[in-house]
Amino acid sequence: MMGRLQSALDPAGPQAGDIAALTWWFFGVCAFVYVAVIAALVWAIFRRRAPSDDSPETSARLAQVIGAAVVLSTVILIVLTVSTVATGRGMTSASGSEAVVVNVIGHQWWWDFHYTSANPSEHVSAPNELHIPVGVPVAIRAVSRDVIHSFWVPQLHGKRDLIPGFETSMWIQADRAGIYRGQCAEFCGHQHAHMAFLVIAEPMNAFQSWLAQQRRSAPPPTTAEQQRGHDVFIGGPCVMCHTIRGTAAGSRIGPDLTHVAGRRTIASGTLPTTREHLARWIVDAQSIKPGNRMPPNPMSDADLQALLAYIETLR
Amino acid sequence: VVAPQAARARILVALATAAWVAAACQRESRPFPELSQASGRAQSQPESALVAGGPPPPPDVPSPFQKSGWGQSEGKRLFTAYNCSGCHANGGGGIGPPLMDDEWIYGFMPGNIYTSIVDGRANGMPSFRNKIPEYQVWQLVAYVQSMTGQTPIDTSPGRSDHLKPHTAEIIQPYQGRRQTGHK
Repeated sequence: MMGRLQSALDPAGPQAGDIAALTWWFFGVCAFVYVAVIAALVWAIFRRRAPSDDSPETSARLAQVIGAAVVLSTVILIVLTVSTVATGRGMTSASGSEAVVVNVIGHQWWWDFHYTSANPSEHVSAPNELHIPVGVPVAIRAVSRDVIHSFWVPQLHGKRDLIPGFETSMWIQADRAGIYRGQCAEFCGHQHAHMAFLVIAEPMNAFQSWLAQQRRSAPPPTTAEQQRGHDVFIGGPCVMCHTIRGTAAGSRIGPDLTHVAGRRTIASGTLPTTREHLARWIVDAQSIKPGNRMPPNPMSDADLQALLAYIETLR
Repeated sequence: VVAPQAARARILVALATAAWVAAACQRESRPFPELSQASGRAQSQPESALVAGGPPPPPDVPSPFQKSGWGQSEGKRLFTAYNCSGCHANGGGGIGPPLMDDEWIYGFMPGNIYTSIVDGRANGMPSFRNKIPEYQVWQLVAYVQSMTGQTPIDTSPGRSDHLKPHTAEIIQPYQGRRQTGHK
């Protein structure tokens, strides 16, 4: 999963491909200009003065050389400007004909991805994991609940800011299946650096079955320990912020936990989802991600183990 | 050459400024590591069916966030997040009594407000015992006090944009150039 998980030079979609091509084009042109300028400088430093340097013919030639350099620089700058504008056109705005629409909601400091449906009971909230089908354009409609964030998946597209009270939009497309890391790209407070997410691009039928699975409510607890964990959740502070569909917990302040154990990471890409990490996060999230909104939850060991046993059924 | 009195006066002014700046530090303090310890003294379980929990704090002990701008803005956020606004509106009252006027049914002291949140009150105010962590209750207490000017004005949160009588200018439709008075 590591390695080139997040590199703008390893594009996985058409727009990121255009951006990478533009990057290399700029790199090539600027490298050529740099080498030419340095070569001219070295030549000028080591060249000996000639007696004809002060003649009117030399002055005239010098004026020609300077004029040519100015014209060449202007042409290069115009070419770079035109290629930038040409790359930017057509890859920024959503057209409205995308196959899938995802509402992105930025929070301090996590991401919420909503897949809406005409039937409200099929509404899906998938925090910190953006699932998209391969090969089709996906519309991103982004808002923020608090401060300005920025949605950035370097392997798929450039950045797009999330503005409070104002919807911004873009489209993305992944041409090959894979996991791509996204990151908040606008400083948004204490845990800006730990505001990451994963984009999981998979074939359309896998995406559809994931969506169908996400639409299901949480299964009821089956063992006595799971039942106790459920009661700890509903009777304690968890219920003040989190939703588990199928239970009485329905608050929308923190991430929806209906399928939390099925996600790859917790705390917005901070830690892999394991029982140990979940326990540390529940008891003392401030020691993992200082300043985040999850309060410490001291509880007895038996309660914690029961709660973890229940949470692990939320797949 | 500066006269000795003038030099002494300058040093005094500098010292006074430094002391004033240092005194204001609490306003921006965000004691994240201490929050875990603070919530270690969790609200106790009810001791009997009749008495609501352990002894309430003395009414005149101030909230630890009474002079903290961060603590009060957190209180303001939690006031909406925990749906206090559902009954008390944005302090103006509705189903529950208003919190920004000068009438206090159960007392205006920090300990009174704490007890109202943790134990609830008759005729509708629910108990949030063991639902809201201790330090967040104190953040809410400081915010509720700020509504009636009981906290320093330089730490009290401002009024939210959505409570202004008009929408924010940045999201208003463009209506041509405004007369700004600038040439």
